[in-house]
Amino acid sequence: MTDMPISTAPKRSLFAADARTVRRNRAERRFRAYGMAAVGVGILALIVLLVSILGNGLSSFRQTYVSFPIELTAERVDPDGNRDPGEMARVTTFGYLPLLATAFEAHLDAEGIETDMGVRELAAMLSEEAPAQIRGMVLANPDLVGQTIDAQILMGGRIDGFFKGRVTMESAERDRNVTPAQLELAQILADRGAVETRFNWDFITAPDASGSRPEAAGLGVAIIGSFYMMLVVLVLALPIGVAASIYLEEFAPKNRLTDLIEVNISNLAAVPSIVFGILGLAVFINFMEFNQSSPLVGGLVLTLMTLPTIIIATRASLRAVPPSIRQAALGLGASKTQSIFHHVLPLAAPGILTGTIIGLAQALGETAPLLLIGMVAFVREYPDLMSVHSNSFPLMGDGATALPVQVYSWTQRSDPAFVERASGAIIVLLVFLLCMNLIAILLRRRFERRW
Amino acid sequence: MSMEDAIMNDMTQIDQGVAVDELKMQARNVDVFYGAGGGTRSAEDMAADKAITHAIKHVDVDIADKTVTSFIGPSGCGKSTFLRVLNRMNDTIDGCRMTGDVTLEGENIYDSKVDPVQLRAKVGMVFQKPNPFPKSIFDNVAYGPRIHGLARNKADLAEIVEKSLRRAAIWDEVKDRLDAPGTGLSGGQQQRLCIARAVATSPEVLLMDEPCSALDPIATAQVEELIDDLRSRFSVVIVTHSMQQAARVSQKTAFFHLGELVEFDDTDKIFTNPSDPRTESYITGRIG
Ligand SMILES: Nc1ncnc2c1ncn2[C@@H]1O[C@H](COP(=O)(O)OP(=O)(O)OP(=O)(O)O)[C@@H](O)[C@H]1O
Ligand SMILES: [Mg+2]
Repeated sequence: MTDMPISTAPKRSLFAADARTVRRNRAERRFRAYGMAAVGVGILALIVLLVSILGNGLSSFRQTYVSFPIELTAERVDPDGNRDPGEMARVTTFGYLPLLATAFEAHLDAEGIETDMGVRELAAMLSEEAPAQIRGMVLANPDLVGQTIDAQILMGGRIDGFFKGRVTMESAERDRNVTPAQLELAQILADRGAVETRFNWDFITAPDASGSRPEAAGLGVAIIGSFYMMLVVLVLALPIGVAASIYLEEFAPKNRLTDLIEVNISNLAAVPSIVFGILGLAVFINFMEFNQSSPLVGGLVLTLMTLPTIIIATRASLRAVPPSIRQAALGLGASKTQSIFHHVLPLAAPGILTGTIIGLAQALGETAPLLLIGMVAFVREYPDLMSVHSNSFPLMGDGATALPVQVYSWTQRSDPAFVERASGAIIVLLVFLLCMNLIAILLRRRFERRW
Repeated sequence: MSMEDAIMNDMTQIDQGVAVDELKMQARNVDVFYGAGGGTRSAEDMAADKAITHAIKHVDVDIADKTVTSFIGPSGCGKSTFLRVLNRMNDTIDGCRMTGDVTLEGENIYDSKVDPVQLRAKVGMVFQKPNPFPKSIFDNVAYGPRIHGLARNKADLAEIVEKSLRRAAIWDEVKDRLDAPGTGLSGGQQQRLCIARAVATSPEVLLMDEPCSALDPIATAQVEELIDDLRSRFSVVIVTHSMQQAARVSQKTAFFHLGELVEFDDTDKIFTNPSDPRTESYITGRIG
């Protein structure tokens, strides 16, 4: 009875693959090829994206400066002659413009460079922002009055573009903002070593600049705005999200109401972000009368948007903790809260962290809802970070902007130099995202080692 | 050697000297239902509902103090379920409802004033599947004493941990790696770690659900020694599929079948002269 064979198939050698095995192996190879092709397409798309963004944007981290001596004559910058910064501040940037122009012209003379351009045309080679920079230097240090300083002066966007290959002699012919003569002069100065293209911290730290001076535009204010919003999101969304998830997953009775809440949270995660912007506009600005376009409102809107992501991720990682761990703790006489905080949460922490960082990253790159609440302000001046007056405090005050919105508003400007700026801003944004992911990975490592 | 003879042989090893003491726990008319939802339906009502699993049917059991009581019976007959009735672990299972009365030293443990957390500190449990915390071996054993404040200082705690690990017959294997994760041990070692963890809180009643199912004969003998040792101070309730083990370690045996308590009596009576034919067929291997 027992030694009766189960199947009566003829005996076959193990060395010869049968038709079934051959087919199965072929299917497996085919599937692997599909997989590799899919990964390849993804990587290719990533490379194209990176190459195009880096190619366009990397140059925005470098800026062209020309150096020449400037005499800060007392009768121009300090007409009252008392070195009082308050009084000196009455001299506007227009007062500094001739100072720069004449100094530039004098420098060319001294160097023996012949040019038939007038002072006005010469001054147009420098950035419109340059007088403001000199003025800032003088106001910060009144002792400079009367001295001759060796300053590095920001050059205009077109001249900068010329050294970066964006502007050519041919394009200058058709351009109202630059002449071939100016480019030639710039080339002569460069040959003599007076022009330098160097790393430009101002791109990261300076505030935005108007449409006619792309060379001076920076991301400083946008980064501050994004930073404050992320702070609001982290401070609100993480505790609320985790607390809600723990309650729903561990304590809430399983009934119709909690089912309804669960479905709604999942749906909320799929709601287009612009809807949250409309909600924020209606609730936070119109009803609660917070300042329009303040990082607080932006942060609140992004919190609403991020909460479902965090809740879903947290609940999934709580659910992934084996129930036997909870039982073990309860069986030892631990309370439910103890079992959750001593055993379940530490095990779920890596998942919660990942979810939170994904949510934050999503919020960091979100543009649409911010446009709706008006966070697309043009901010020329740094907000006063130290002020506690609610209206100018950067968190509550109006007139803030954020990184992705800055990218958007730069792409809207006509000067082609802003394309380079926008790509540069995208690079900064990507670097921030990479850093956040890195932090997530590091934190996860630490938690996992500690179990 | 026939089954009967083997059991008879084991019987002689039982220490008959310990008197069966006064009552520790008492269960009266216990019914347990799974999938009953959160309602307040009566036992009759739920028993009639085909959609509800009637896992325990009108069971009365007395657990004597300083005694080992074993639960035997075929798989799925409700042994684990009834064990969980005794420390209210069933409360944590969704849709599990229990009716009837269970007392610990005369106090109804299902009274609304009773905090199950406090109860479980007194009635400890070792689960059927080993479930060490994903923490170090030391922290696994120290967890109970820590949350119940049983140790005054670090040295005290270390002593409790060592003693518990020794009693669970695992000290020699882990004494050099108390900082290693408990989840990195073998299945049998994990089970003994869980026993040590339960012992460390010094419960008055220890419920053990098949504690030896993953152990080799040597470790089994050591755990049985531990159970015998615990009997001098606590009550032990053990679920087992090994008839020999039940005969060796317990003084009282309860035989469950399809959710009913078929027979509950002194162990030697059950194994030598059972009064119910179902018990006899089970212990002689005809049903199960
Ligand atoms: N969590 C649960 N939900 C629903 N039904 C359950 C649950 N736990 C047990 N049951 C049912 O209750 C009955 C008794 O189960 P129990 O686990 O108590 O059996 P057991 O005697 O311990 O079996 P084993 O010897 O295999 O461990 C079984 O029919 C089982 O299907
Ligand atoms: Mg069981």
